[in-house]
Amino acid sequence: MKKELLINSKVREGDFKRGGEVSSKLKETLQQLDLDSKIIRKASIIAYELEINIIIHSYGGRLKVKISPEQILIIAEDEGPGIEDIEKALTPGFSTAGNEVRELGFGAGMGLCNVEKFSDEMDIESDPEGTVVRVGIDF
Amino acid sequence: MLIDEIKEILAAENLYQPEFSYEDIDITTACGADLMSDVLAFSQEKTLLLTGLVNPQVVRTAEMTDIDLIVFVRGKQPPDDTIKLAKEKEIMLLKCNYSLFHSCGLLYQNGIKPENIIGTG
Repeated sequence: MKKELLINSKVREGDFKRGGEVSSKLKETLQQLDLDSKIIRKASIIAYELEINIIIHSYGGRLKVKISPEQILIIAEDEGPGIEDIEKALTPGFSTAGNEVRELGFGAGMGLCNVEKFSDEMDIESDPEGTVVRVGIDF
Repeated sequence: MLIDEIKEILAAENLYQPEFSYEDIDITTACGADLMSDVLAFSQEKTLLLTGLVNPQVVRTAEMTDIDLIVFVRGKQPPDDTIKLAKEKEIMLLKCNYSLFHSCGLLYQNGIKPENIIGTG
C-alpha cells in the first residue's frame, strides 16, 4: 500500500500561540485534494486534538500525516514524559491538565476520546521516553 | 435562521463580517460551550458557537469543525490576534451582552435547536 507523506511538522511544548497551525495546514492540503468534506472534518479534528495534546502534555514532538488510496494515517509522536495510564486517559472527563490549560478551553478530558470517536482505528504506545499515537481514517 | 435574525435576537454587534455574502446561510442548531473539546466532540456542520472564551483557539476550533459563526457572550471583547485569525479563516464574529445561558435561551425560544448529542437523540 503506497503512502504519500502530506505533513511532517514539529510541534513545540507549551506553544499555544501557534497551536492548530499544523492541523490548519492539513485541512487546506486535504481540501486541495478535493476529498469528501466529512473525511476532511474528521481528519482536521483528530489532528487538532493530537496537536494540542503534544503542546499541553509533552516536551514537544511531531505531527505526521500520510495518505494512501485506502486511508489517511495521522501519527503524533512526542518526546515524553508518556501517559501513565492509557485506559484512564481514554476515560471521558479524565485529565491531568493544569489550570492555565483549562482557562484556554482545553484539558477537559475529552481529547483522546474525541480522537477515538472520529477514527476508524487508533493505537497508542507510551513510555517515559515518549508517546506515539497512530490514527487511521478510512475512505 | 438567518444570521441577521440571530444578530437582532441577541442585540449583537459585528466584530468581523467576511466579505462574501452570508444571506443564504441557514443556522438551525447552536452549541454553547467554554470547553473547546466539547465543541470538537459535538458540533455538526453549519452550527453557531456561543462562547465566553475569547482566545484564538476558539477560532481554530471553529475552523476545524466548519463553524461559520462565533458569538462571544457576556460582552467579552476578543483580543486582536483572535480577530486577525478569524479574518484569515473568514469566520464571522459577533459579540453580545447576554450571558451564555441567556443567549442560548433566547435562540432556543426563537427556534434554534440543540444538536443531537449521543444518548439524547
